[in-house]
Amino acid sequence: MSALLEVSDLTVRLRLGDEQREVITGTAFQIAAGEAMGLVGESGSGKSMTAKAIARLLPLGARVSGRVTFDGADVLALHGAELRRHRARVAVVFQDPRAHINPVRRIDDFMTESLRLLDDVPRAEARRRAAAALEEVGIDDPAKRLRQFPHELSGGMLQRVMIATALLSEPRLLLADECTTALDVTTQAEVMAILDDLRRDRGLAMLFITHDLELAGAVCDRTTVMYAGQIVETRGSQRLHDDPLHPYSAALVQARPSVTATAPRLNAIPGRPVSAFEAPGGCRFAPRCPHAVDACRSHDQQLTALDGGWVRCSWAAELRGRLLASSPASSSGENANA
Amino acid sequence: MTRFLARRTAMLVATMLVASFAIYGALYVSPGSPLSALTGNRPLPPEAKAQLEARYHLNEPFLVRYWHWLVSALHGDLGESIPLHENVSTLIGQRVGVTAGLVLLTSVIIVIAGVGLGILGALGKGLVDNGVLLASTVSAALPSFAAAVVLQFVVAVKLGWLPALGTGHGFADSLRHLLLPALALAATSVALVTRVTRAAVREETGREHVQTAVSRGLPWPSVVRRHVLRNAAIPITTVVGITIASLIALSAVVETAFGLNGLGAYLVQAAQNKDVAVVQGISLVLVLAFVLTNMLVDIAYAVLDPRLTLGGRAA
Ligand SMILES: Nc1ncnc2c1ncn2[C@@H]1O[C@H](COP(=O)(O)OP(=O)(O)OP(=O)(O)O)[C@@H](O)[C@H]1O
Ligand SMILES: [Mg+2]
Repeated sequence: MSALLEVSDLTVRLRLGDEQREVITGTAFQIAAGEAMGLVGESGSGKSMTAKAIARLLPLGARVSGRVTFDGADVLALHGAELRRHRARVAVVFQDPRAHINPVRRIDDFMTESLRLLDDVPRAEARRRAAAALEEVGIDDPAKRLRQFPHELSGGMLQRVMIATALLSEPRLLLADECTTALDVTTQAEVMAILDDLRRDRGLAMLFITHDLELAGAVCDRTTVMYAGQIVETRGSQRLHDDPLHPYSAALVQARPSVTATAPRLNAIPGRPVSAFEAPGGCRFAPRCPHAVDACRSHDQQLTALDGGWVRCSWAAELRGRLLASSPASSSGENANA
Repeated sequence: MTRFLARRTAMLVATMLVASFAIYGALYVSPGSPLSALTGNRPLPPEAKAQLEARYHLNEPFLVRYWHWLVSALHGDLGESIPLHENVSTLIGQRVGVTAGLVLLTSVIIVIAGVGLGILGALGKGLVDNGVLLASTVSAALPSFAAAVVLQFVVAVKLGWLPALGTGHGFADSLRHLLLPALALAATSVALVTRVTRAAVREETGREHVQTAVSRGLPWPSVVRRHVLRNAAIPITTVVGITIASLIALSAVVETAFGLNGLGAYLVQAAQNKDVAVVQGISLVLVLAFVLTNMLVDIAYAVLDPRLTLGGRAA
């Protein structure tokens, strides 16, 4: 079975004034139907732009090359009605629900809009489905919520509305762009659980974007790590967490303050994250990498297969097993995989 | 909503009270006796003077006179013009139609041209947008008296398409007579409304919730109508409302330039003649129209933006 979503050699340049800025360089990954993949990386690494390229929502003037195939269709070549149909089948849940829902229209109107406008569902039927979807994401008294305006609902509630709305169009792929970042920890856990249930019940494929490696691991079987517009590692989430192959992945693993850790870990990766257009030649992570040697700075690194995944570091095999232990941030000694 | 309307109405009454007091008081303290207009500054025999003063209540204390004036005004009686020996309400009634017609026609032009061009500029690209910008820059630089002269010369005198002066008779003829004055009055405002509309629509187009609508696969025209224009309508309504309210005051210039027999022109004339009762009456009517327009804008604003009514706007 071929993958539902196939991204290959995707490069995106954005226009900023007269300047062309490369924000994604040669990204490639696949997501099968019903599969969840995490996309993790620091700010500016190009996660959102990857999602936007897939949903064809890039800002005006963006230049895209490479290939995106969704359900057999060449996404980058779509236009007009076909493009709109593609967008309807790829649901996007953004980080800030308050900004992403029209503040002057009722929840009812927001939720049923595409059913009524695109599928000609009668208003009453659309409203019934919206109420059912709200119940599915754990909202009480949906009839009342439907009559309210966005400003009358809490952030967590709005994010559930967002997810429920995304489900109404029965999408095959959900792009969740930091959809829990703005929520408090409890609400975050609830929303994550909802997403996980939905994926299992409906066979929904999901691209789960986050800063947080552990969060990605909680919902996704597989996680891809991005740095400066490039993929640096793709692995099974558990393997990535226990035995990262790329020094950057290892730094991310250690950067997260863990609730289970006995000793508090240092949680900053030294140096500043960069975007693709400001990245140096050679290995883009080299300036911040504790293992970098001169060769790293002078040679571009290629993605190579290793341990059932992919990694962009020529020293990965040699460094393997030592990354977590050798990092100055580590205080837990040898990792489990050693 | 009911509480909002009640509060707004109470404010309107309070504003009108203060305004009426200011109008009456300002003219009361302004130099010269109201009788001088009648007598042409000749000294009057004392008994004639006393008789006239009694007739026009000139010898009573200020507050008593104000109270009389206010109570009669509430009954639709704005007193009597001393020089003309005529009821002020009647004098106003004869002219209010012209001013109302002028302001209404100007408003229609402002809304259609200003909002229309603004939307065109915001959604159009390159040539269209630059054309709109150019047009709005030119018309912004044209104050209404200058626009009046230009329009009279070109359209009325050179081309002879429309009458240059006067009010006209009957609906169609009145409309023909009002068209040039309305265009002159609208010029600056159209530019302002165009710019605000263009900026508001641009800003809304870039909003995240508009991107959500696009990401759901809705056709662009629906997105524009249901999200961009619907939300941009809030700032646009405010500006259009304030602009129309200001037309009420600006109409005097254009009425005078085009020889229209309206309230504004008459106010200027009455002030020159020291016809105090007429000045007071017209001022009161103009202020009322201004305040009412503003109240309508506020209500429209509350209707368009649900966040305000429910939050209880303390306006
Ligand atoms: N509209 C835009 N025009 C030009 N550059 C942009 C635009 N939006 C984002 N960028 C740049 O593109 C790069 C990648 O941005 P992107 O939003 O994909 O990062 P991200 O990984 O999602 O980061 P974050 O975690 O902060 O959301 C950044 O350098 C950003 O500054
Ligand atoms: Mg982002």
